[in-house]
Amino acid sequence: MLGGKEIRKMEKEKRKNQMGGFHADEKGYYGEFGGAFIPEMLYPNVEELRQHYLEIMYEDSFQKEFNQLLKDYVGRPSPLYFANRLSEKYNTRVYLKREDLNHTGAHKINNTIGQILVAKKLGKTRIIAETGAGQHGVATATVCALMGLKCIVYMGEKDIARQAPNVARMKMLGAEVRPALSGSKTLKDATNEAIRDWINNPVDTHYIIGSAIGPHPYPDMVTRFQSVISEEIKWQLKEKEGRENPDYIVACIGGGSNAAGTYHHFLDEPEVGIIAVEAAGKGVNTGESAATSALGKVGIIHGCKTMLMQTVDGQITEPYSISAGLDYPGVGPMHSHLYKSGRAEFYSATDDEAMTAGLELSQLEGIIPAIETGHAFAIFSHKKFKPDDIVVISLSGRGDKDLQTYIDYFKL
Amino acid sequence: MNRINQKLNSEGKLLSIYFTAGYPALNDTVKIIQDLEKNGVDMIEIGLPFSDPLADGPTIQESSTAALKNGMTSEELFNQLKDIRKTVRIPLIVMGYFNPMLQYGVEAFCKRCNDIGIDGIIMPDLPLDVYQAEYESIFKKYGLINVFLITPQTSNERIRQIDAASDGFIYMVSSASVTGSKSGFGNEQGRYFERIAGMELDNPQIVGFGIKDSETFQAATKDTKGAIIGSAFIKHLTKHGVEEIPSFITTIRP
Ligand SMILES: Cc1ncc(COP(=O)(O)O)c(C=O)c1O
Repeated sequence: MLGGKEIRKMEKEKRKNQMGGFHADEKGYYGEFGGAFIPEMLYPNVEELRQHYLEIMYEDSFQKEFNQLLKDYVGRPSPLYFANRLSEKYNTRVYLKREDLNHTGAHKINNTIGQILVAKKLGKTRIIAETGAGQHGVATATVCALMGLKCIVYMGEKDIARQAPNVARMKMLGAEVRPALSGSKTLKDATNEAIRDWINNPVDTHYIIGSAIGPHPYPDMVTRFQSVISEEIKWQLKEKEGRENPDYIVACIGGGSNAAGTYHHFLDEPEVGIIAVEAAGKGVNTGESAATSALGKVGIIHGCKTMLMQTVDGQITEPYSISAGLDYPGVGPMHSHLYKSGRAEFYSATDDEAMTAGLELSQLEGIIPAIETGHAFAIFSHKKFKPDDIVVISLSGRGDKDLQTYIDYFKL
Repeated sequence: MNRINQKLNSEGKLLSIYFTAGYPALNDTVKIIQDLEKNGVDMIEIGLPFSDPLADGPTIQESSTAALKNGMTSEELFNQLKDIRKTVRIPLIVMGYFNPMLQYGVEAFCKRCNDIGIDGIIMPDLPLDVYQAEYESIFKKYGLINVFLITPQTSNERIRQIDAASDGFIYMVSSASVTGSKSGFGNEQGRYFERIAGMELDNPQIVGFGIKDSETFQAATKDTKGAIIGSAFIKHLTKHGVEEIPSFITTIRP
């Protein structure tokens, strides 16, 4: 049983949905961004989820099962680690939130555990997902194995080639990996295919979206499941530093789920500086980039009104990044709002900066990050922190899946 | 009265054709529309291509990609259609996804449609509540009928809502599927068509998705006012070119 304090805390969390501000309002808007721009074919599914998600996820028994799995299966809480040598090098105080140590190697599993439990409550028997880097695909295949549900993962053909180890892992976990052959053959196209699958299978299927994107309630639901990251940072930092709030929190942004979870409990704490790092690819103005905030305009992608890379005619353009997980032409609606409102500082890191930062983290701290995560660490070449600043960086994932890319890049 | 409603009030079952503007070649648009009218088609959905057509199967995805590559844009389409009412009298509907319309400017888009003589709009991803809250007055100002979709999964309650919000016809998606699915019509469609017929809606229904020949056209229009053919027509264009439009129409309605 949960105690009175926990219940009050849960009630407070649940109400965040009606608050607006930096959180989603009832219709899923963050400022002008969000909503549910979906064809009628998806309406019953999305509406079912919208009506029930809060009720389901704040139920005692759900919370208990969710927290138990996060603890015993995922291995949470993930450590908050003071990075000594990195701090020394950049003359500031850097803590790393070790999502790379989670089961399956990234933050993605926090969300898939939550959503598979929701899917079960809704009586769904078939799970679909999209994946870019394959981390979300692996995290989905994992929870499907855990729960004995059928799993189909859509993945761009280009990503299947550059993230081969994760493709093999998904197969080993019993999932079927279907290539997305249209467009740039990356994350955007995999998402299109997953949505089409959901249109074709509206009754028995739940779509586990892997980032804080898509139609309402997905961005809010994914954020809530990922918010365990900032919840833990608060008490961990309190233990280590005697204060809950750092001066800065930093995360890389693809669709924005690790960022949303890392920011969640700090959004309403104005003294905490929020920093987002997007993928600049070969450079913001080279035409080969995924820096959505710099290059995008308000538009609609995958059922959501948000910043979007597009032509003047409203056609979605093909993004580019060396990291499959950041190779997305949009960004979650929360982040569009954080950008537009000025609540967060947005930076972008090039392929080269991210790779170099990844190598540096490996050699200073003995941690090989995912290339996505390398982008967050490139913040040090863009921003100088003060010596007594406490900077928490979301170490969203480990680099095992990227070894081939690192090998090719550094000629290892 | 809007040309769509005049047509809906006429006798008989309506055959409507969807095609992707700018496909097979950029400047085929006007010829396709004229030939369809000449061959007895009752209404046309002119597809404005989109890079990421979520509700479409491979055929319309591919024709959209090709059309965009050919250079089709909203502006280009409006320019191609500017004299269309000198030669074409049947109702014309622009069908597409909402983002290109949003970027053009919803009001500017509606105004251009009205100037040209477009009668209606179908934007599957512009949801009912957003339409009513933000755009209905603009559509009405320019005399455009907005057509909503329903599917076998749509609840009766929502169908009533959509019926109340509609002023033309309801686009009945035949099955839970994206466009161009191969399966024909079975018992499930039969029950769905009967259920909707039994609701005695204010707006007539026109069935779309999965209609490809005279058999599926007959089945789809048994309890409804008409049917829309898209992917099958585009496949015909791909295979036989724009000169062979009559042979397609005669296989549907001899
Ligand atoms: C390790 C890691 N970090 C970050 C991301 C980017 O996703 P998001 O922005 O949703 O956190 C991914 C996506 O695959 C990832 O694998």
